Amino acid sequence: MPPLLQVSDLQTSFFTFGGTRVVKAVDGVSFSLHAGETLGLVGESGCGKTTTCLSLVGLLPPAARIVGGRIDFVGEDLTQKPPGEMRHIRGRDIAMILQDPMASLNPLFSIYTQVAEPAYYHQGLRGRSLRQRVQELLRAVRIPSPELRMRDYPHQMSGGMRQRIVGAIALAGGPKLIIADEPTTNLDVTIQAQYLDLLKDIQQETGVAIIFVTHNLGIVARMCDKLAVMYAGKLVEQGAVRDLFNAPKHPYTKALLGSIPKLGSKEPLYAIPGQPPNLANLPAGCAFHPRCAYAMPRCTTHEPRELRFGTDWTVRCWLVDQADKEPYGSATA
Amino acid sequence: MVSTTAPTVSPPVEAARGLPRWLRLVRAWPLLPMLILVPLILVALCADVIAPYDPIQPVPGAKIYAPPFWMPGGSMHALLGTDFQGRDILSRLLFGARVSLIVGVMGTLVAGSLGAALGILAGYLGGWVDQVIMRVTDAWLALPALVFAIFLATMLGPSMWNIIIILGLVYWTRYARVIRGEVLSLREREFVKLAEIAGARRWRVIRRHILPNVLNTTMILASLTIGVVIIAEASLSFLGVGVPPPQPAWGSMLAEARSTLMAGKWWLTVWPGLCILLVVLATQLFGDWLRVRLDPQLRNL
Amino acid sequence: MAAPLLEVQGLQKYFPVHMGLFLRRQIAWVKAVDGVDFAIAPGETLGLIGESGCGKTTTSKLILLQEQPTAGTIRFDGEDIFTLQGQGLLRYRREVQVVFQDPYSSLSPRMRVGDIIAEPLEIHTTLSRHALQERVAHVLELVGLQPDVAPLFPHEFSGGQRQRIAIARALATNTRLIVLDEPVSALDVSIRAQIMNQLEHLQQTLGVSYLFIGHDLATVAHISHRIAVMYLGQIAELADSLELCAHPLHPYTQALFTAALPSHPDEKRQKLALSGEVPSALNPPSGCRFHPRCPHAMPHCAHEAPVPKEVAPQHTVACHLY
Repeated sequence: MPPLLQVSDLQTSFFTFGGTRVVKAVDGVSFSLHAGETLGLVGESGCGKTTTCLSLVGLLPPAARIVGGRIDFVGEDLTQKPPGEMRHIRGRDIAMILQDPMASLNPLFSIYTQVAEPAYYHQGLRGRSLRQRVQELLRAVRIPSPELRMRDYPHQMSGGMRQRIVGAIALAGGPKLIIADEPTTNLDVTIQAQYLDLLKDIQQETGVAIIFVTHNLGIVARMCDKLAVMYAGKLVEQGAVRDLFNAPKHPYTKALLGSIPKLGSKEPLYAIPGQPPNLANLPAGCAFHPRCAYAMPRCTTHEPRELRFGTDWTVRCWLVDQADKEPYGSATA
Repeated sequence: MVSTTAPTVSPPVEAARGLPRWLRLVRAWPLLPMLILVPLILVALCADVIAPYDPIQPVPGAKIYAPPFWMPGGSMHALLGTDFQGRDILSRLLFGARVSLIVGVMGTLVAGSLGAALGILAGYLGGWVDQVIMRVTDAWLALPALVFAIFLATMLGPSMWNIIIILGLVYWTRYARVIRGEVLSLREREFVKLAEIAGARRWRVIRRHILPNVLNTTMILASLTIGVVIIAEASLSFLGVGVPPPQPAWGSMLAEARSTLMAGKWWLTVWPGLCILLVVLATQLFGDWLRVRLDPQLRNL
Repeated sequence: MAAPLLEVQGLQKYFPVHMGLFLRRQIAWVKAVDGVDFAIAPGETLGLIGESGCGKTTTSKLILLQEQPTAGTIRFDGEDIFTLQGQGLLRYRREVQVVFQDPYSSLSPRMRVGDIIAEPLEIHTTLSRHALQERVAHVLELVGLQPDVAPLFPHEFSGGQRQRIAIARALATNTRLIVLDEPVSALDVSIRAQIMNQLEHLQQTLGVSYLFIGHDLATVAHISHRIAVMYLGQIAELADSLELCAHPLHPYTQALFTAALPSHPDEKRQKLALSGEVPSALNPPSGCRFHPRCPHAMPHCAHEAPVPKEVAPQHTVACHLY
């Protein structure tokens, strides 16, 4: 089955100071996603994960532009689409859930108005059928008494409920792909758990694909089928979640997994030395080498190439790239 | 395993396109304001040396009401013309610059210091101190500025230093209001709370944490109000309660020449008026530039 | 335990709520902290965990003397901190410091780092300039920074480094207790481990105690010796960290563990049995505050508030199930 979304060598750059400074926020990112799958896009601040998502939906700030690569969504290349067509795709086929629900909801409009909007524009519903659709959506995100609550305003609801409303708005257009950018960061732990359960259930019911952008590997362990790790604008490792958690190949992935405290264990944490890099001032060679426990001389001068293991697992690292050795069994291209 | 991309050596840092270096440096400076203010300051400092004639003595050998040199009847001896006493307009302008600048800067300094001090006390100490200061500010603001200044001037008597103090007393309120607002939000910032938790006394917190962080706003406000103060001084001089004659001040030059405007002797009013315009424009533009540079959050000030 | 460093007993903080236009009548109380007891020993880390509205921030404010309690006492070295004055108060301020969550607003932007760290010393001691510089250099090294960064300004540092500076500042005087209010929540994942390790190392070297407030169970459990779980202004459960992770007794604690994110995709998780949201502290439920959401609620949970009981050594629970 062809993938729902296929991103190939995506490159997005920021042009600042009148065009004198160019920063490559996304530098050659490739991944694919099938319907019903959840991809976890993991990385720290400044690694380019949010820019990648904004590139997908065509919502880059004026200073940024896609400068290379393809985004194939349901067979069409989104990088070639004019803004007018992207507006139709956004909301109908691709929806976004952002971090701060209070910022995502308009305080002046009722819940009904906001949830109905995508259904109104993208599905052309009106009147009674629109009302029914809104109640259906509110029920899908488990808002109690939707007929009553849809008359409420955002400030009358708690943080967890607002984030569910945002979820309902995202679902209203009937999307094939939902991009969730750190949607639970501001929520309490138990509310977060309820919300993640909800997302999982919705995915099972509707078959929607989800890209979950986060820096929290716990969420990835709970929610995701695939994991893609970004560092300094590049995908350093991606593959099935179990593979990466059990036997990560890239030192950064290993280090991230080792730095998280595990419940009930007092094992010392592995602290990655140094700071996340400044995209405007990247080190030569592999961007991670100053902080890598396994750095070799080659890492300081040459950027590692992307290697594939099996069907889905790719890594960018000289440690695993033994070009002079025999290739593994029957690896497919 | 199969490589999906060709191996690459790190590419060189992308060469920055765009403006040449010297142009970028030039754009960083507030050119227009500096073009006006720097010569003005130099002139005010060196008026004694530059001015062709003594501003309070008539030009020897020149007519009264002589027009500027390019008009018929004008001469190269008095480049911009002479006034009703035969005094050289140019020299009077140059010396008048001194008055405007000194009064403008010092007046702003007095207003700024007084206003900022009261604003900080009101904002940080709160309680009844805040109430008292704010009510006083409100009452003060209710007084029409210029009328109040005239009243004080007639009470205290005309002299340059009196004018400076008067203008300071009239214009401190805008500082107090704005600075108090800043301090109210600063007070809740964590580093201030940390200082309090560490046991710092209030005076220490004000001195080391509050004051340095309101200096930005104060400077921006100051640069924006210099223009107002200069115009106020000119107005006072115009009305006859400013810097006393025969000391030249642009405002009093305007006043003296008021009656002659309709008689066609435009050079007596246009030159001092133009000077006032340019100085106020320059300070306002400078204040704008300062605001954008120092604190993006204040862009809506 | 042997003479605790900090002892909190029966702490209560109610905030009045006013209504009415002219004569503002007080109609209700927000019971932010309603009967909290715990103690911290020297050199120990007590973790305080709970969700929004549980009262952990208010508790920390009370400890830092930023609020006055409605009832209850807090003793430091045996002395009631709310009656301290003069020299005693100064001593308390010297020995108890705080590190806040946001590294970007904790440091005074117009002061040099060296001056920021030296400030508590300047307030409490009369050290010479030279001695101050030495102490600042010493403390900077303790937190893993180079002493020569002292002349720099905060904006030249990253978030993790700023947090280290904040910790250095908290250690400058001979601090005995540091209240850490979500110190790593705003930091990148890779930096968190650095700071956590640094904090542990500092505790081993200097014997300083921590009150570690957080919302992430794994993080709090990792660094704390004992953990107090708070819900709506009260302590639901207090136990040794490993003991709590092995045997969470209070239904709310169990819910927190169920809700906690796994560290591996294959970790078995039960479905969260907890429904609804945290009620407001304005009108807390009667009896046991957790009863409306508790999967094990019994009839008399709604009428009678449970009293904390020590059901195992050093393991206290406030629940009618025990």
